[in-house]
Amino acid sequence: MAMTDPTTRGWFGDFGGRFVPETLMPALFELEAAFRDAWNDPIFRAELDDLLTHYAGRPSPLTTCDRLSEELGVEVVLKREDLNHTGSHKINNVLGQALLARRMGKTRLVAETGAGQHGVATATAAALMGMECIVYMGEVDMARQELNVFRMRLLGAEVTAAASGSRTLKDAVNEAMRHWVAVVEDTHYCLGSVMGPHPYPWMVREFQRVIGDEARTQCLSRLGRLPDVVAACVGGGSNAAGIFSGFADTDAQLVGVEPAGGAAVTRAVPGVVHGSRSFLMQDEHGQVLEAESISAGLDYPGVGPEHSHLAAIGRARYETVTDAEVIEAFQLLSRTEGIIPALEPAHALAWISRARGELAGTLVLLNLSGRGDKDVGQMMGILG
Amino acid sequence: MIGAFETALRSARSADRKVVVPYITGGLGDDWLDAVRAAVDAGADAVEIGIPFSDPVMDGPTIQAASDLALRAGTTPVSVFAQLRHVDVGVPLAVMTYYNIAHHMGLERFASTAVDSGVAGAILPDVPLEESEPWCDVADRVGVETIMLAAPTADDDRLARIVARARGFVYAVGLLGVTGVRDHLAASSLEIAGRLKAITDKPVLVGVGVSTPLQAAEVSTVADGVVVGSAVVQRLLDGEGPTGVGEFIGAVRAALDA
Ligand SMILES: Cc1ncc(COP(=O)(O)O)c(C=O)c1O
Repeated sequence: MAMTDPTTRGWFGDFGGRFVPETLMPALFELEAAFRDAWNDPIFRAELDDLLTHYAGRPSPLTTCDRLSEELGVEVVLKREDLNHTGSHKINNVLGQALLARRMGKTRLVAETGAGQHGVATATAAALMGMECIVYMGEVDMARQELNVFRMRLLGAEVTAAASGSRTLKDAVNEAMRHWVAVVEDTHYCLGSVMGPHPYPWMVREFQRVIGDEARTQCLSRLGRLPDVVAACVGGGSNAAGIFSGFADTDAQLVGVEPAGGAAVTRAVPGVVHGSRSFLMQDEHGQVLEAESISAGLDYPGVGPEHSHLAAIGRARYETVTDAEVIEAFQLLSRTEGIIPALEPAHALAWISRARGELAGTLVLLNLSGRGDKDVGQMMGILG
Repeated sequence: MIGAFETALRSARSADRKVVVPYITGGLGDDWLDAVRAAVDAGADAVEIGIPFSDPVMDGPTIQAASDLALRAGTTPVSVFAQLRHVDVGVPLAVMTYYNIAHHMGLERFASTAVDSGVAGAILPDVPLEESEPWCDVADRVGVETIMLAAPTADDDRLARIVARARGFVYAVGLLGVTGVRDHLAASSLEIAGRLKAITDKPVLVGVGVSTPLQAAEVSTVADGVVVGSAVVQRLLDGEGPTGVGEFIGAVRAALDA
């Protein structure tokens, strides 16, 4: 089974749709039409490929891990999204959306950010293309990722604190949407994951599928075979959707790893927030719960609709790990391979480490979605 | 069939009366129902009751703060409906909330609880036309009038389709932006009211950014009336209570009648 396009109204099975204020609907239609047109236009594709190659540094390598594999008793290979310009997979999506926004005649980008990686990537693309950029970030996240706040400002972006609710990623999305409602005519909302209203979940997956497409080719050429398991962390789910899309039509088991405090898919209660119907952490009255995770990038109570669909039809499996397991995994990869991971993909490694018995003898492809530079300050506080 | 909400607004129009519909957050303070009554006594033609939601994306800081306060005081959808059940304020009521509240309760149960609580209409600002069918099917059957939002960004064809689907009244979104008090009436509010009045006989009320009696009167030269939200809720947040709400709605009433 391949990961197919959603219906024309943006549904993946029972999940997706466009649950947004009426004011935004024409902009979503315009965006969908522009994306369809651009994605079928060889000139746009060539422009994007050129940026991905000569600006972002693609293709990202596939790295085999002798010492880690020996320690775990599981053969692990890494897809190195941490080596991209700006330090994570977020740049793949952002370059696509910024090019598209420019093609649509928009002059400003607005974005939400959790860990700050998507905000940094958006600020970077805006600087590159001479666009204005405004980033909403939860107050709590601005404190724990202050280096990224500085980077965004250095890149010329305006960073605004989201001071409502839990003051994390969920609230940054609310603020970005409220802002977009007011400036929709000249501004593109550069959403950072496979979430939100149609066409975002689909469009962002398409911009991220380069991860999976490259990894598949690299597995075949370097290892001579496809992986048995493909693992990725899941916040909104963009790095996971990107790598899964390269392997959904193979026999590989697809595993998404959520933080225990932000386990939307694992809890499997459907809800509607931020534009789509998907699994959502909520209380018995339908109020959205605040996620709680060591990693700002996964501190989100929802998940992209296609992941809910993949879970519902049983094509992908979703697991949770605790903050303590993540801290272990963060150190494990640093120590065994000389690669300091971001806390987000450390979740996926934490699951591999815990499931090593079950995984013994298999080839596991781990999407290393970002590097740990942004987390070193926070980990200094934790590890002392 | 025309419901109670639309009937009330149509008869006001037949009597050459411009209407004012205040918005009050359910559960905001122990005396929020007194604020509803005070608004009606001061001349409100109908009242919109907010069921607070954790993530109100169509609302600005004032209604966000009111929702937070109400939620922290333990307000739930069920508690708002339960309190409404025991009052008859003499004008039609609509609830305004976000889709997840209805979706989580179950559309059928949400609609029938509304009817049992004496609520005639519902506004779900994150349910646009394209996603409205499941809810509207239930609402039509159970007897809840679904008030649709129409925004300045829509083209004529879209406005016509929204108007066709609207029950109760057509909620003309006065500006590009979320709810909140504004110093000046946006030119877009007169424009959207005019575009809607040109294509429908249903009542057209302008909301979002209508904050003062003068603004209400100005936009009602074109529209059939106004929805006033943040300006009302701000008075409650400022501690002015039901009296403050009554005085404000009285002033709006006077400006509309002048
Ligand atoms: C390195 C990294 N990985 C993963 C994520 C989570 O996003 P997604 O689930 O969309 O890949 C983030 C978000 O900030 C991130 O910075």
